[in-house]
Amino acid sequence: MEKILLKNIDNPDSAGIEEYIRAGGYKTLEMAVTQMTPRDIIDEVKNSGLRGRGGAGFPTGMKWQIASMDPKFPKYLICNADEGEPGTFKDRPILEKNPHLLIEGMVISAYALQSTRGYIYLRGEYPLAAGILSRAISAAYGKGYLGNDILSRRFRFDLYLHRGAGAYICGEETALIESLEGKRGQPRVKPPFPVNAGVWNKPTIINNVETFANIPYITEVGGKTYSKIGSKDSPGPKLFSVSGKVVKPGVYELPMGITLREIIYGHCGGLMEGRTLKGVIPGGVSTPILTPEKIDCQMDFVHLSKVGSLFGSGAVIVFDDTVCLVKVYERIMQFFEHESCGKCVPCREGTGWMRNILGRIGSGGGTDEDLDTLEDVAKNVAGKTFCPLGDGAANVTLAFLKQYRDEIEYHVKNGKCPVDGLPHKDNRESHGGQSAPVEQT
Amino acid sequence: MTREEMESKDNETLKDKITGMKRTYPSIQSVLMPALYAVEQSYGWLSQDAIQEVSNHTGVPAAEIKGVATFYSMYRHEPMGRHLVQLCTNVSCLIAGVEDLVKFLDKKYGLLPGGTTKDGRLSLCLMECIGACGNPPAMLVDGDAYDNLTCEAIEQILEKYE
Ligand SMILES: Cc1cc2nc3c(=O)[nH]c(=O)nc-3n(C[C@H](O)[C@H](O)[C@H](O)COP(=O)(O)O)c2cc1C
Ligand code: FES
Repeated sequence: MEKILLKNIDNPDSAGIEEYIRAGGYKTLEMAVTQMTPRDIIDEVKNSGLRGRGGAGFPTGMKWQIASMDPKFPKYLICNADEGEPGTFKDRPILEKNPHLLIEGMVISAYALQSTRGYIYLRGEYPLAAGILSRAISAAYGKGYLGNDILSRRFRFDLYLHRGAGAYICGEETALIESLEGKRGQPRVKPPFPVNAGVWNKPTIINNVETFANIPYITEVGGKTYSKIGSKDSPGPKLFSVSGKVVKPGVYELPMGITLREIIYGHCGGLMEGRTLKGVIPGGVSTPILTPEKIDCQMDFVHLSKVGSLFGSGAVIVFDDTVCLVKVYERIMQFFEHESCGKCVPCREGTGWMRNILGRIGSGGGTDEDLDTLEDVAKNVAGKTFCPLGDGAANVTLAFLKQYRDEIEYHVKNGKCPVDGLPHKDNRESHGGQSAPVEQT
Repeated sequence: MTREEMESKDNETLKDKITGMKRTYPSIQSVLMPALYAVEQSYGWLSQDAIQEVSNHTGVPAAEIKGVATFYSMYRHEPMGRHLVQLCTNVSCLIAGVEDLVKFLDKKYGLLPGGTTKDGRLSLCLMECIGACGNPPAMLVDGDAYDNLTCEAIEQILEKYE
């Protein structure tokens, strides 16, 4: 497949504006502002069938249409570059190696949505990308692709970089808005939705990095041609970040709807010599794990839900028989516990409780009752939280319990891990993580 | 320049920086996150004085600023060593053996998670995923990214950070 999102990134100067222009960059923007109306572009995006690449898969054209119908101005355009879902590193090559594709996508979007100001909310963990994006933004101003009278037309758009500071929940769009407003990143009630009342209470269009990166191509070739790539209900190219126990991990641009089997064995070189597949997390740690029989499932927003998982961010994590999944899930719960914003009690307390039980089971002190308690806690978190973080934590636990009960029971019965024959180290007291701050007196 | 003069010059630039940031956002409160990064850089960490200074330049009460700052784990909430090692321990790094690296840092440098070496050279923070899962285990040292880590590699890398 011809590369659209990762085009030209093997070129060492791909992040520079000259190189981007030489490869045909910013031509689509020029064409869009001279030959298309904002309405035309929104129609093409609608026809393309593009669904948001940040995880939820909401149809981008529909979001844009709702936003464009809101009479309030100014309208803010936000790029979600928080990429915090563990296992996800697919936006990173765009941010570090193809930043002008993102900027061009945002400027075309701004023109379509009549937005005059945009922000890229970049996670704090990407300092390299911060420098590259700042330089790319300056270069785009220098060439007149940003600022006043873009391409000598009466259209202006200013773009700023805002750096996060290590809070996963700020990837959730309303928490991101709070954070951009300089507050603690706790999610807001929806409705009102950001498209009508987002940042500073103004209509706000939030899209993922990869979503914006699709816009120049859709604008160039038209929605219809674009929609021929990938699967019917989830068209387009997709970036998959594959990690874990495969021979060639990395970011792959592949059509939507490709099977997990093709990704793992066709593109990533399969498993290491002599290993067997134990399970796959298809879309980041918030998506339920799949057992090996399910890897012929197509990877898109429609098919994964049919096998009990979710598409998520396209972050595939592969586990072979050398991995203990109890340990993996203890770590995943530690993540959710650390990242729970603390607003909802079931999430704040439940994630820690689940982490604690998995830790006890792993370190050899588990009882049969623990399995029931784990299930009970998970069921009491699911559906009782404000934002999907708690739901995610609960549902991945339930899927793990259901599909890997034998492995968990082995730890309980034998007081040790089936992988290396030893109990896990007991981490229940100390995490030493990105720690809660020490109070100063 | 005397020390006082230097300090006041430092504060001047901080004030200028924060004033510049105000142009980027339609509300003053929004300046807090970038301003916290800026004061952290000049004070080394977010001490009470650092937070007070952000308050002076923005008019946002110090208590409010502290509430915001403590929500975010990447700000430096306590004094740290000269170099900050941020080691990812999330799933892909975990199954690539990061626990051995954590042990190594303790054994070799006496560096514990959340701690600082006695000579004040290195601080260690265990991180959630830093987006380098394809080449695990991975870390940042003062913002520079390193991946495919082994004990030997870490030892060699850290030599550069005196
Ligand atoms: C807990 C949580 C974390 C999220 N993290 C991210 C993220 O890191 N990046 C992202 O683009 N979207 C993330 N999202 C999804 C956003 O809320 C939002 O749906 C998305 O940015 C919309 O853009 P899209 O339609 O282009 O996908 C997250 C959602 C939740 C509930
Ligand atoms: S899990 Fe370590 S970088 Fe993603």
